[in-house]
Amino acid sequence: MPLINNEPAERHTLSLLVDNEPGVLARIVGLFSGRGYNIDSLTVSEVSHDSRRSRITVVTTGAPMIIEQIKSQLDRLVPVHRVVDLTVTGKAVERELALIKVRGKGEIRQEALLIADSFRARTVDTTLESFVFEITGKPEKIDQFVSLLEPLGLVEVSRTGVAAIGRGPDGM
Amino acid sequence: MMREMTGAEMVMQALIDQGVEHMFGYPGGAVLPIYDAMFHQNQVKHVLVRHEQGAVHMAEGYARSSGKAGVVLVTSGPGATNAVTGLTDALLDSIPVVCITGQVPTHLIGSDAFQECDTVGITRPCTKHNYLVRDVNDLARVLHEAFYVAQNGRPGPVVVDIPKDVQFAKGIYVGPENIQHKTYQPKLRGDDEKIRAAVELLAKAKKPVFYTGGGVINSGPEASRLLREFARLSGYPVTSTLMGLGAYPASDKQWLGMLGMHGTYEANMAMHDCDVMLCVGARFDDRITGRLDAFSPGSKKIHIDIDPSSINKNVKVDIPIIGDVKHVLEDMLTTWRGMKAEPDRRAIASWWGEIDRWRARKSLSYAKSPDVIKPQYAIERLYHAVKDKDVYITTEVGQHQMWAAQHFHFEEPNRWMTSGGLGTMGYGLPAAIGAQVAHPESLVIDIAGEASIQMCLQELSTALQFNLPVKIFVLNNEYMGMVRQWQDLLHGGRYSHSYSESLPDFVKLAEAYGGVGIRCSRPGDLDAAIQEMLKSDRPVLFDCIVDQKENCLPMIPSGKPHNEMILPDHPEGLDEAISEEGKIMV
Repeated sequence: MPLINNEPAERHTLSLLVDNEPGVLARIVGLFSGRGYNIDSLTVSEVSHDSRRSRITVVTTGAPMIIEQIKSQLDRLVPVHRVVDLTVTGKAVERELALIKVRGKGEIRQEALLIADSFRARTVDTTLESFVFEITGKPEKIDQFVSLLEPLGLVEVSRTGVAAIGRGPDGM
Repeated sequence: MMREMTGAEMVMQALIDQGVEHMFGYPGGAVLPIYDAMFHQNQVKHVLVRHEQGAVHMAEGYARSSGKAGVVLVTSGPGATNAVTGLTDALLDSIPVVCITGQVPTHLIGSDAFQECDTVGITRPCTKHNYLVRDVNDLARVLHEAFYVAQNGRPGPVVVDIPKDVQFAKGIYVGPENIQHKTYQPKLRGDDEKIRAAVELLAKAKKPVFYTGGGVINSGPEASRLLREFARLSGYPVTSTLMGLGAYPASDKQWLGMLGMHGTYEANMAMHDCDVMLCVGARFDDRITGRLDAFSPGSKKIHIDIDPSSINKNVKVDIPIIGDVKHVLEDMLTTWRGMKAEPDRRAIASWWGEIDRWRARKSLSYAKSPDVIKPQYAIERLYHAVKDKDVYITTEVGQHQMWAAQHFHFEEPNRWMTSGGLGTMGYGLPAAIGAQVAHPESLVIDIAGEASIQMCLQELSTALQFNLPVKIFVLNNEYMGMVRQWQDLLHGGRYSHSYSESLPDFVKLAEAYGGVGIRCSRPGDLDAAIQEMLKSDRPVLFDCIVDQKENCLPMIPSGKPHNEMILPDHPEGLDEAISEEGKIMV
């Protein structure tokens, strides 16, 4: 990430409302790769079947001038209706879901269950030598959970990426 | 209007309803139904090109000289991929083009069928927007939307990809009056407060400069008129990018000439030393700014642009105004008059004193020769011969393009067509053909180089077929001149593959196509030879043999700021002008 006017990189969460039409995700991903912007996390799903709208949440990092560019570039794509920078508009709720598989026997199983309990993770699959935990929370909380499970026989992690929404009564 | 027809008929009906008179295309398997529908009407005239790249450049020349959208029709696969260079060119120079591509039938998409390619995938990053139409009942709406998107906001190319089965299918056609785009509604009027702040800043300026660009041309002739009015009212100096030439008359005393890498000394120095810069429809491109961190260090910057993503992209500005140039200038003028703004006459007079000292350096001068034709001299004589005529100029890309920008002078907008952003060699001839189609009675000249002209030379055949008497004025120095110049600058004069080996005999070549060939190699013969070219009512290829070693000056070496130009009176040290950091720039 180049420093522009010596400004350091910032992490921003952007919410986009787009037409759910073929190619719209390719347009957005292509814009990021073509112009050399970062995607830290990306989620997309239809939110209104009637009006065929999808909501995309992108977490990106860049100097303030680059973040402004990213928003303007996204906004001028024809199927993009709204671009809201949730990092600027005030506190937003950010959540991510992760599924985590741990393998082990004996004491290690006890330890894993204790940690899962203290993170309010649910056990969604059990065998005699493994667990799959489901956890929801801020990305940092999931990072922490995963790092604690690492020495206990972490097998694999599947994360959804961040979904975000602004606090308070108003929509985007 | 709503009635049933086939997809192919809808294409022709939509073009007619959009007021299209001419289109540029090349038939093939996946567009045959549209060509058949075309056969049954005579409202839209089709110009058959020789290569699809030529079709898009023709549409660009047509659009830029007429203010209307250019229309292209090509087949699937290679037809579409050949159009990609033209589409990218139109995107970078903001030219409204609607390109209709045929596609293999819907059920074969994705099966690697004959002449199949992922047209919307390939053209996504090189168009303003694109569509794949899978249902014939969407087709009419999409076509009208395509024209709307191409022409509104910042203009650009739009691709509509139509599978062959959709062209045959019957559906309901709707006219353009029933179409309103749901979301794409660009903002035309600028923010009042920002306009007021900008006018206040301009009125107090002591060293102002107007830096104008292609956005003034795109906004229409009224924008150029308002720019002139504002300049006259304020008395401030005006410079322009390559793309904006003609928006302000070159004969006016407030005109500084073009700015940027090969701009005039006075224009670049005024940009560097100004205290208030009004950027109108330009985008602080790297050809303009030179070294970014040393760009116009002491100025407050106002930026008018219809595209918010142009604001603060390369250079941070103090007052951004998002809107269409015409509307914003209109409001600025009203505000200026309403405030009874009075420029600081003394400061402005002393600013002009500084500018006149820079002008006195005569940065466009060159050493004339009685024996060889200097390329600058060739452009000067051409300009002299045609300046009172109704003339449109296009160029290819390279030294000749810069010399044309420096030594041919424009009084009106829409008269100058060149590939600025993408720098596409091969643009000039097809663009000239497009301009000639739009203006059949006018004189259209492609100023070219012997290397560039060979990139789309096959379109000479198109010019002959459709009686389009374009003139191709080739400055032949037997080198890819700009490449050679940069090899002088950066690579110790090692001319790796920049010499044009095995050049054709251009006179015979022109004759082989059925056109006229003229060659001139002596300065004393030049005027008469130009007259001979102008007298012909057929396409002419003019092979002007010029000095092989002439460099294009003045020049801001890459990686240097505006006030470190290489001037023609100090060309020595050309090989040391560029620093190590500058060498990586293009």
